[in-house]
Amino acid sequence: MTQLALVIDLNVCVGCHACVTSCKEWNTSGWAGPMADLRAYDKDPTGTFFNRVQMFEIGAFPKTETLHFPKSCLHCEEPPCVPVCPTGASYKREDNGVVLVDYDKCIGCKYCSWACPYGVRELDEMQRVMKKCTLCIDRITDETLPESERKPACVLSCPTSARIFGDVHDPDSEASVAIRENGGYQLMPEWGTRPSNHYLPRRRTKIQIFEDELERADNPLLKEAPLPAAEGETLDDVAF
Amino acid sequence: MHPAFSVIFLTTLIGTGQGLFLALVTGQVYSLANLLEVQDSVHFYATGSVLSLALLAAGLFASFFHLGHPERAWRSMTQWRTSWLSREVIVLPLFMGLVFLYGVVHYFNLTKPLFVVREVIAVDASLLLGVFAAIAAFALYVCTAMIYASLKFIQEWHTPLTVTNFTLLGLASGFTLAAAFSAWTGVNLVAFFGAWAVIFTILAAINRGVSLYRNANIKHKSTLQTAIGVRHPRIQQKSQGFMGGSFNTREFFHGASAGTVVLVRRFFVLSLFIVPVILLAASYFMASPYLPALAIAVQYIGLLAERWYFFVEAKHPQNLYYQSMA
Repeated sequence: MTQLALVIDLNVCVGCHACVTSCKEWNTSGWAGPMADLRAYDKDPTGTFFNRVQMFEIGAFPKTETLHFPKSCLHCEEPPCVPVCPTGASYKREDNGVVLVDYDKCIGCKYCSWACPYGVRELDEMQRVMKKCTLCIDRITDETLPESERKPACVLSCPTSARIFGDVHDPDSEASVAIRENGGYQLMPEWGTRPSNHYLPRRRTKIQIFEDELERADNPLLKEAPLPAAEGETLDDVAF
Repeated sequence: MHPAFSVIFLTTLIGTGQGLFLALVTGQVYSLANLLEVQDSVHFYATGSVLSLALLAAGLFASFFHLGHPERAWRSMTQWRTSWLSREVIVLPLFMGLVFLYGVVHYFNLTKPLFVVREVIAVDASLLLGVFAAIAAFALYVCTAMIYASLKFIQEWHTPLTVTNFTLLGLASGFTLAAAFSAWTGVNLVAFFGAWAVIFTILAAINRGVSLYRNANIKHKSTLQTAIGVRHPRIQQKSQGFMGGSFNTREFFHGASAGTVVLVRRFFVLSLFIVPVILLAASYFMASPYLPALAIAVQYIGLLAERWYFFVEAKHPQNLYYQSMA
């Protein structure tokens, strides 16, 4: 079974919103109709977005850290929004695990949005149906596109490559390896929704150096002097 | 949660309609056992059914205002295997159909006994329809309440108290309406329905008291820490990704001040439970067509306030992501 998902590296994300705008651009001009913007140039503008980047401040000054937090549908393996849908408009694709809404069947009752603890479903004010991230389903399944472009718009646009797209059920995919090796985690694990999207935590890059490593092992007299260039590599140059 | 008036009217109107119908059937069953005098089919049962149907139809009408695409509403009957909303959409028309038939049978006096059980209980078509419709009425209470109670991460709703609350409040308002209907039409059942209305109102008050206590002391499982997966006691949201509003800020926040919420709670405790019980008790001592009518009017307004509060007290975990506008 394939389960397509995003792995978002919070250590790399700089909060530039390129994923937000490219998502909106691709999906508002696609086959599914516009993602409506209301009062775009007035007071209190609003609009439909599949993807948002939020910002959090962690800690108290001066020990603070800024977290840029991209937030979109997590394509849960146990999506709570799907069984509650009274019309069957909300469904999870069998072949690749993407959670989608059939806009022609949706009655706009909003019950699925109540059933999503993450708040990633939005009712489109113009089309009056529920909308959400499709992982750019029209793009990733389009075989006329070259393989390298069969990725969600947000992934292709990310300037820092903070978004990895892949099959999280394939243990050797780039996404799975990133989750496994970099401490990938899920949001709100307490509800048993098993989100497919994972986040890689912020991690401080540290150089690990011990006291004895500050001295040259091959300098027993502790006399630091320029190396005679002709002697070539010393033990410290080759040893870890 | 944002309290939508379409849903508030839907749940309160059909709840009262179901309760009224259950009161009618209770009266009929009592009269079958010779505990109450037999009432006139046309004036009491048929008119009562029309009243119940009117409430159910008004509730159904209100529900359409909740939908983005009401013309597709028929599709919502398809997912009864998994969705409580779908089940409600099936049971409501089914119940309305049974109430309609019950009213028709009484209106045309088709109450000749079909068969007699143990030579005592004469079963006619209205009794059979009444029993089936009563089962449907209880099923509808369960379906309506489970729409809310089945959402496990809205912890204020995810409790059996939600189901008992919807059922008891529907019964209380329905029996109060039955008492008012009896008093208005001069039927000698005001004391009977009034007594049951008081019993159900008191049970509903106890049940709601327990759920208010439970929800006041609830410990939410989700925190900002689990929401964004950062292990730090001090996290502050600086931006939620947009400067204006969005569906997330409109649908899941009630926007009422803390003072308003407390005021509404006090109001519904008074007008849903205390005042109707006093009015019904008073009508026990002085026969008046106005006292029970006033009781149901006050109680229904209290019911609206209770349902508003029911939505307002529910804290959706998605709100953790929308704490600061900036």
